[in-house]
Amino acid sequence: MKSTRVETKPYKNSEQLKSKARETTILGHHAKKYRLITPSESANLELIRDFIGKLAYRAGFNGDHVSKIQLAADEACTNVVHHAYEDIPAGPIDVEIVVNRDKFQITVSDKGVGFDPEKFAQPDMVEYLSKFKKGGLGIHLIHTLMDEVTFKIEPLRKNSVKMIKYVHKPESADKLRQQEIILRETKKRR
Amino acid sequence: MDQNQFEVTRQDHDDVSVLAIKGFLDAHTAPEFEFAIQELLQNNRYKMVVDFQELNYISSAGLGVFMGFIEEVRKNGGDIKLAQMNEKVFKIFDLLGFPNLYEIYKSRNEAIQKFRTT
Repeated sequence: MKSTRVETKPYKNSEQLKSKARETTILGHHAKKYRLITPSESANLELIRDFIGKLAYRAGFNGDHVSKIQLAADEACTNVVHHAYEDIPAGPIDVEIVVNRDKFQITVSDKGVGFDPEKFAQPDMVEYLSKFKKGGLGIHLIHTLMDEVTFKIEPLRKNSVKMIKYVHKPESADKLRQQEIILRETKKRR
Repeated sequence: MDQNQFEVTRQDHDDVSVLAIKGFLDAHTAPEFEFAIQELLQNNRYKMVVDFQELNYISSAGLGVFMGFIEEVRKNGGDIKLAQMNEKVFKIFDLLGFPNLYEIYKSRNEAIQKFRTT
């Protein structure tokens, strides 16, 4: 009689389960993940903007916020196209998007030479404009357009910038509450 | 238009050249716009109006084109004046303080006329 042997790999399975659980914890139960990998060429910027724009609209952002998210992603990808693969063979631009109920997260990664993000975080705009400087505004724009920005630089392995936009920014809620209080106060005075 | 949708067309009004830009100005299309400005400089035409009426999008690579030429243009007695910018594009200019450096007009004619009075 032929016997069938079923191999079980409890250790691996439990690791997989743990990993799945970790992923659920990190992403949240309602998170949806999307990914677009393109060659590092400026011709793909439009494609990346369109991809991100459609997902951002679907996530519930208005036109103004969608434009900001698209521009931030464009700036991150332009940096990859212009600087990541200088003097080394060009690799990919990896764009990963995680959409949660409350936030929209874009991570742009490359395998390039890396850079020091602190250098470009906050240029002195008065000096910048008075000296007619050119370029180097991408990272400053990303910081201005998005709610949270984190860089992780591992040259030739994985350099990434994670950008988050909240669907309902806490500050906006505060502003609304303040407006309500002002309205109430005004009514009382009447 | 190619897939990245950018077009620049030139129209001369005596010594003032109007560059009408259309579509999306990003790192991919900026060289085309740069080329159009370089062509004007080669012909010693330093009075320029950039008409933004049909421009839908600009990134820092597009803003860089203006920064790259403004010094040379002004040294030669000219200027790059901007006209008919939509709200979305103006917001990006404004975010970086660019309206302090460039004159922005509601209409193309207003921008052209400004060269006549100064």
